[in-house]
Amino acid sequence: MSKSGFFPIVAVVAALACIPLVISSNVVLNFLVTALLLTLAGQGWNVLGGYGGQYSFGHAAFFGTGAYATAILQTRYGLNAWPAFALGIAAGAGVGAMIGALTFPSGLRGSYFALVTLAFAEVLRIIASVTPMTGAGVGLLIKLDLGARALQFPGRAAFYWFILALVAVALVITRLIEQSRFGAWLTAVRENEDAARSLGVDATRVKLSAMTISAAMAAAAGCFYAQYFLFIDAPIAYGPWISVEALLAPIVGGVGTVFGPLLGALMIKTFGEAAKLVTGDVPGLDLVLYGVVLILVVGVAPRGVAGFGARCRAWLASPQKVAREGRAA
Amino acid sequence: MTEPILAIEGISMKFGGLHAVRDASLTVESGRITAVIGPNGAGKTTLFALITGFQTPTSGRIRYNDADITGRAAHLLARQGIARTFQIVQPFAGLTVLENIAVGAHLHIAGRAAALAAATEVAKLVGLEPILQQSAATLTVVGRKRLELARALATSPKLLLLDEVLAGLNPSEIRDMLPVIRAIRERGVTILMIEHVMQAVMSLAEHIYVLVEGHVIAQGPPAKIAVDPKVIEAYLGAGAAARLVGGANGR
Repeated sequence: MSKSGFFPIVAVVAALACIPLVISSNVVLNFLVTALLLTLAGQGWNVLGGYGGQYSFGHAAFFGTGAYATAILQTRYGLNAWPAFALGIAAGAGVGAMIGALTFPSGLRGSYFALVTLAFAEVLRIIASVTPMTGAGVGLLIKLDLGARALQFPGRAAFYWFILALVAVALVITRLIEQSRFGAWLTAVRENEDAARSLGVDATRVKLSAMTISAAMAAAAGCFYAQYFLFIDAPIAYGPWISVEALLAPIVGGVGTVFGPLLGALMIKTFGEAAKLVTGDVPGLDLVLYGVVLILVVGVAPRGVAGFGARCRAWLASPQKVAREGRAA
Repeated sequence: MTEPILAIEGISMKFGGLHAVRDASLTVESGRITAVIGPNGAGKTTLFALITGFQTPTSGRIRYNDADITGRAAHLLARQGIARTFQIVQPFAGLTVLENIAVGAHLHIAGRAAALAAATEVAKLVGLEPILQQSAATLTVVGRKRLELARALATSPKLLLLDEVLAGLNPSEIRDMLPVIRAIRERGVTILMIEHVMQAVMSLAEHIYVLVEGHVIAQGPPAKIAVDPKVIEAYLGAGAAARLVGGANGR
């Protein structure tokens, strides 16, 4: 576990912030914005799944709630985009706390927890696709109103910096968790819930808090999606695609690490684009390639790229020790 | 007699048709080492699960420092000073030894640095200091047993329940662990231990309860328990006590 403070976060965010100064291509910036959007959702998943060991298959529930809350508050109630954005995050966090309160006290764990979160996301998707409030099957269009006041930046660069700022906040929150008592309790619950309880850890409450923070991050990604594309419907907001990508990014990058989701999001987005180029017009073939990559990652580097890198460095220092630890684990 | 820190009054635990613990009563005096012995399947570990809040008894009461704690959640009991180790060791395998112990220290210490410092102190006491940065997954059996002990100790318990911390250790490792357990008692921690290693029980415990098929069949100081016919028969079978005595007389 890296415990190197905040300097790496500052360095990485500063480096990323310079990119629009050098590259003005809209294609590149759009690619980076979607990668950072995924980083944010993935960081949310990582707090609960990576640090807390609770693997959710339904982060779409939080992403979609954030997106819908932002859009509905603006289109139906005429609220300004900034407070709508904040309320969207709060709404997503609320849904996270609610689902957590329904699942954790009854001792739902592992694959059962994963299935229940998936079910919640699917139920929300179906409700959103028939309710007039959410635009039913048509979806919701946010009225074009360019300007920072309405959180609709005229250039891609400004949007890029905005999502980068959100990612920076998520990175800092994750690092703070890692270095706090709450983080120690959360990883203890992940490693062994009974042992954690015997040491005075209120496992249910710890998981509930993690789920709320996790949902807030995923909801922030959803709010951003609505502002950036100005259109959402049920398959976008609550569709399984975001649940899958939000868990794929940290798993590929390295679960339970601060930079895992960022690394993984950049890799799978790059790979996704490459796969589309290679497979051309055959629909779905890029997803097959996706699946192959996931299998390879889990097989070759179960702790993701970050974990694989750490292992390689350790191996260069002392090969026998790594082999020993590998067998013991 | 000092006052009891723990009093178990007629406790029973049923799992369906199986009576794991039947109407067991025992008292743990403050500041002493009390042991629970008994053959396999006697209900010892279930008894620990009941005391530490991992299971709720079917009937009976548990009093701790004169308060009724029957059925209270495990984490709340830990906050009140009851810590336990697990017979089947439960390390946080993905964390280092130091991080493992720090989870215990965090119970009463919020700050990360202070908790790590406290964990280091505890590690010194149980002899884990040289391997603080090692992953818990790489520990040997004796290392894992020490880690169980260290983690529980780091919560600064008043009452420590040790579930077979000596099982699986070789004689020299047991010899190394005995002073560690005594040192914990010297720090004012009351100990209730389940143990199969008899020479350790006889040298450590001041009071012994013998649990057989969920019943407490005998209790008393080690010297008395060692010659109790009921205890000998529980371990060696009906008539064993008479045969042993007969054999001694015949010689």
